[in-house]
Amino acid sequence: MFDVLIIGAGASGCAVARELSRFRLSLCVLDRESDVCEGTTKANSAIVHAGFDALPGSLKAKLNVRGSRMMPELAKKLDFAFKNNGAFVLCFDKEQIPGLEELAQRGRLNGVEGVRVISGDEARQMEPALTDEVAAALYAPTSGIVCPFEMTLAFAENAYANGAEFRLSTCVTGIDKSDAGYVVHTDKGDIEAKVVINAAGVYADRLHAMVSSKPMNITPRRGEYMLLDKDAGGLVKHTIFQQPTKMGKGILVSPTVHGNLLLGPTAEDIEDKENTATTRSGLAEVRAKAQLSVKGIPFNKVITGFTGLRAVGDTHDFIIGECEDAKGFIDVAGIESPGLTSAPAIGEYVRDIVAGIMTLEEKPDFVDTRKGVIHFASLTREQQNELIKREPAYGSVVCRCETVTEGEILDAINRPLGATTLDGVKRRTRAGMGRCQAGFCSPKTIAMIAEKLGIGLLDVKKNGTYNKESEAADNA
Amino acid sequence: MREFELVIIGGGPAGMAAAIAAKKQGIDDLVIFERGDRLGGILNQCIHNGFGLHTFKEELTGPEYAERYAQQVYDLGIPYELGTMVLDITPDKQITVVSRQRGAETVRARAVILAMGCRERPRGALGIAGFRPQGVYTAGTAQKLVNCEGVVPGKEVVILGSGDIGLIMARRMTLEGAKVRAVVELMPYSSGLKRNIVQCLDDYGIPLMLSHTVIDIKGKEKLEGVWVAAVDEHNAPIEGTEEYFPCDTLLLSCGLIPENELSRSAGIELSPLTSGPSVDESLETTVEGVFACGNVLHVHDLVDFVSEESVRAGENAAEYIKGKPSSPGTPVAVKPGNGVRYTVPSRLYPESVTDCVHIRFRVTAPVKGAAIVVSCGGKELARKRGRIFVPSEMIEVILKKEQLAGLSGDIEVRTEEAAK
Repeated sequence: MFDVLIIGAGASGCAVARELSRFRLSLCVLDRESDVCEGTTKANSAIVHAGFDALPGSLKAKLNVRGSRMMPELAKKLDFAFKNNGAFVLCFDKEQIPGLEELAQRGRLNGVEGVRVISGDEARQMEPALTDEVAAALYAPTSGIVCPFEMTLAFAENAYANGAEFRLSTCVTGIDKSDAGYVVHTDKGDIEAKVVINAAGVYADRLHAMVSSKPMNITPRRGEYMLLDKDAGGLVKHTIFQQPTKMGKGILVSPTVHGNLLLGPTAEDIEDKENTATTRSGLAEVRAKAQLSVKGIPFNKVITGFTGLRAVGDTHDFIIGECEDAKGFIDVAGIESPGLTSAPAIGEYVRDIVAGIMTLEEKPDFVDTRKGVIHFASLTREQQNELIKREPAYGSVVCRCETVTEGEILDAINRPLGATTLDGVKRRTRAGMGRCQAGFCSPKTIAMIAEKLGIGLLDVKKNGTYNKESEAADNA
Repeated sequence: MREFELVIIGGGPAGMAAAIAAKKQGIDDLVIFERGDRLGGILNQCIHNGFGLHTFKEELTGPEYAERYAQQVYDLGIPYELGTMVLDITPDKQITVVSRQRGAETVRARAVILAMGCRERPRGALGIAGFRPQGVYTAGTAQKLVNCEGVVPGKEVVILGSGDIGLIMARRMTLEGAKVRAVVELMPYSSGLKRNIVQCLDDYGIPLMLSHTVIDIKGKEKLEGVWVAAVDEHNAPIEGTEEYFPCDTLLLSCGLIPENELSRSAGIELSPLTSGPSVDESLETTVEGVFACGNVLHVHDLVDFVSEESVRAGENAAEYIKGKPSSPGTPVAVKPGNGVRYTVPSRLYPESVTDCVHIRFRVTAPVKGAAIVVSCGGKELARKRGRIFVPSEMIEVILKKEQLAGLSGDIEVRTEEAAK
C-alpha cells in the first residue's frame, strides 16, 4: 500500500513525484515504458515559455509564469541544461500588429516581465536572420530553452534519491475503488494506494474513465519537427515564434540548449494515441513555414525528424484536480503547451491538493540537489584529466559527434533509474544525438547495455519496453 | 607540450599510407592518432575481397589490405597512438587529443595530415517519413554488427540506396541467411560499382529498383515494413506506384559525407562540392602545412586510389617540413565544367609542380560515348575517351608539368559529347 501512486513518468508525473518526495509518505511512480520521459515529454519544442500566450486567469497562465520563474534555480539545483535566450513572436502583416499588442497585454496581465512589441527592423537588428517580411514582433526577454530529457530525469532521479519507488515497464489495465483508496491493476500485478495521480499524458482520459463518470477527452495533437546539425545552431539566438492560432503557437525556429536548430511543430488533431510517425506533408509544411520566419535555413543540415503528441483537453486549459466523483484520484491531464514550462509549478499545485487529502510532514533529510551525468566535453582541461586519472573510461570517446565518453555511458547505465535502451543512453548522455545519428557509436553502446543487463546484443532495444515479450511469456 | 614535425589524424588506409610515405622521406618525428583500437579504420569491417587489385595486383580482403600497410608502419617504427581521439585543431596547428592512457593534452605540429575518413548519411538527413523503430541502420553500422560483433540485425531486409556498402551488405545479409527483398535506388542509375551490382545483387537474384524510394516506415517499436514508390524526374513519388515490403530491417546506403568537423575548427576552407577541404595540387588545404587525403578529402571508389593519393600527401608534407615553400606564385583555379561534379584539386600552383598533377573528379550522371576534356582558356590540355563514364567511378587525368607552362585563366574539366 502506497500513500501516493503516480501514473505516468513524464515531465508532470516526475515533477509531482519530486515535490511529494519532500514529505514523509510512501510514493510510487508507474510507467508502461522502460524509461521515464518516453511520451510527450521526449518530443516537443523544449521551450520555457514566458507566459504571454495563456488567457489571464487560466491555470495555464498561472502555472506557466510560476514554472518559468522557478526554472533557473531548479536547473542549477538539479543540474539540467537551461538557457534564458528570449523569444520573438513574429507577424508578417501590419494589420496583425494589434494581435501582437493584445498578446503583450495578456503577458502583462499574466505577470510576464519585459514583453513589448518592436518593429520589424528592430527585430532584425537583434536577430539578423529574420526575413524581410517580418512586419513587427513581440519580444519576450524571459523566454528560455531547456533540455526536456535532462529536466525530467533530474526530477525522477531526485525523487528516487528521496525515497520514491519507480515501477517501469508496468502498464495499468484497470482501477478499482478500495476501502483505503484504490487498487490499480497492472500487467505486473495489483498496486494499492490511498491517492492516485493520473499523469498519463494522451492516455489520461482512459485512466480517468476507469474511476469517474464525468467525461474527459484527450485528443492527441500531432506535431512534426526537424532537427538540424550544430553547424546550423547559431543561425538564430532567440526562439522565433509566429503569431499563434487556435491550433497552437505555430511553427517555431529555435536553437536548442545543446546548440542544434529545431524547426516545428505542425499541429494536427488525430485519433491514434500511438501515431508518432512523421509524414511527407508534415515535414514539407515545417520546411515551408520555417522559411517565412528565418532566411538561410540550411536544410541540408537536417539530421533527424520526429513527431510528438500533445495531450489536448476539451477545456482549453490544464485539467488538474481531484475528481468530483472519485475522491483521492487526482487528474493531471490536458498538459499541452506550456506543460514543460509549468511542470515544476504543477508539482507544487498537486502537492497542495494532496495536502488537502492527507497530512504532509516534511522530511528533515530531503536532498534538494541532484548531479546529472558528467558531460566530459563541457569540463575544463584540469577537470577532464582529474576525471580520466580517477576513471580511465572518461578518456575513451565513444560518440565522436557529441564527444561522449565511455565513462559517461557507463554512468548513464549504472546510475539509479539508469538507461536500459539506446534511446535511454542518448537522452542521458547525448551519445547518438549528433550528426551521424548513432551510426558509429551504437554498436559500442549496444554492447555496453547488453553487458550490464546480461542480455544478447540483439535483445538491446532502441526504446520502448525492455524485455516486453519475454516478461509477458514469464507471466503466462 | 609534446611537439611533432608531423601529426597524422586517422590510422585508416589514408593515414597509414601518408605516414609511411613521410617516414620514407626522412620524417622521423611523426605520430598517427587513431581513435579506434587498431590501425586500419573502416577496412577492418570490410571482410569481403576485391581490395588491392591496383596496388598489389591481387584480391585482398579489407583487413588483409590494412595489414599490408600496418606491417609497414610497424617495420618502419612509425609511432601510433590508438584509442586516441582528436577533439580540436587550431589554425596554428595545436591539436587537442584525449585518450585513456594520456588523458587530455594539446600537442603542437609543424605539419598535419587530415585522414579522418567519412561518415554515412543518416536516415534523418534523407527526410523519409514514418516511425522511428528499431531495425533501421546505415549499411556500415549493419556491416560492423555482422562482421565485427557477430550479430545479424534481421531476417527480412530492404536496402535504400545502391552505394557500394549497401550492395556489399545485400550479399552479406543473404549469406547470413537473411532475405534481401530489394535494393531501392532514387536515381535512374546506381551509385555503386558495376562489379558490385553483378557480384552482390545479380548473382543472388536481388532486384535493383531504380528510380524508386522508400516513402514511409511502419512499426512503432520494431520495423514492420516499408512503403516503396516510383519517383518522377523531380524525384517526387508517383501516386499509384506504392508497394509495401514487409521487413524487419532497413539498411541505408545513401551517400558518404567527408568528416570535416576538425577541419572546420582549424579554419580550413571546405569545398561545397566535395564537403572536403579545398586543396591545391600538393593536397595542401587553405591552412599552410595542413594536408588532406583519402575520404576526408573526397569520397573514393577504391581504397587503392586512397593509398596512392595519401602517398602524395605524405611526400608533400615531408617536403613542406624540409622547407619547400608553400604555394608559390599565383594559383590557377581548377573547375568542374559541363557534366563534372567536382575536381580535386580545386587550384594548383604551376611553379611548384615537380613532374605532374593528378586531377580527380566524378561525373554528375552517366555519359555514354563522351570524352573528358581538360582545357584552359580555349587550349585543350588533355582528352580522355571512354565507352561510358559513371558517377560511381572516380576518374583521373594526369597533366604534365610542361603542359602547365604559361597558362592563363582557369583550368576546366568537362565532358564532351562525341561528334555525331
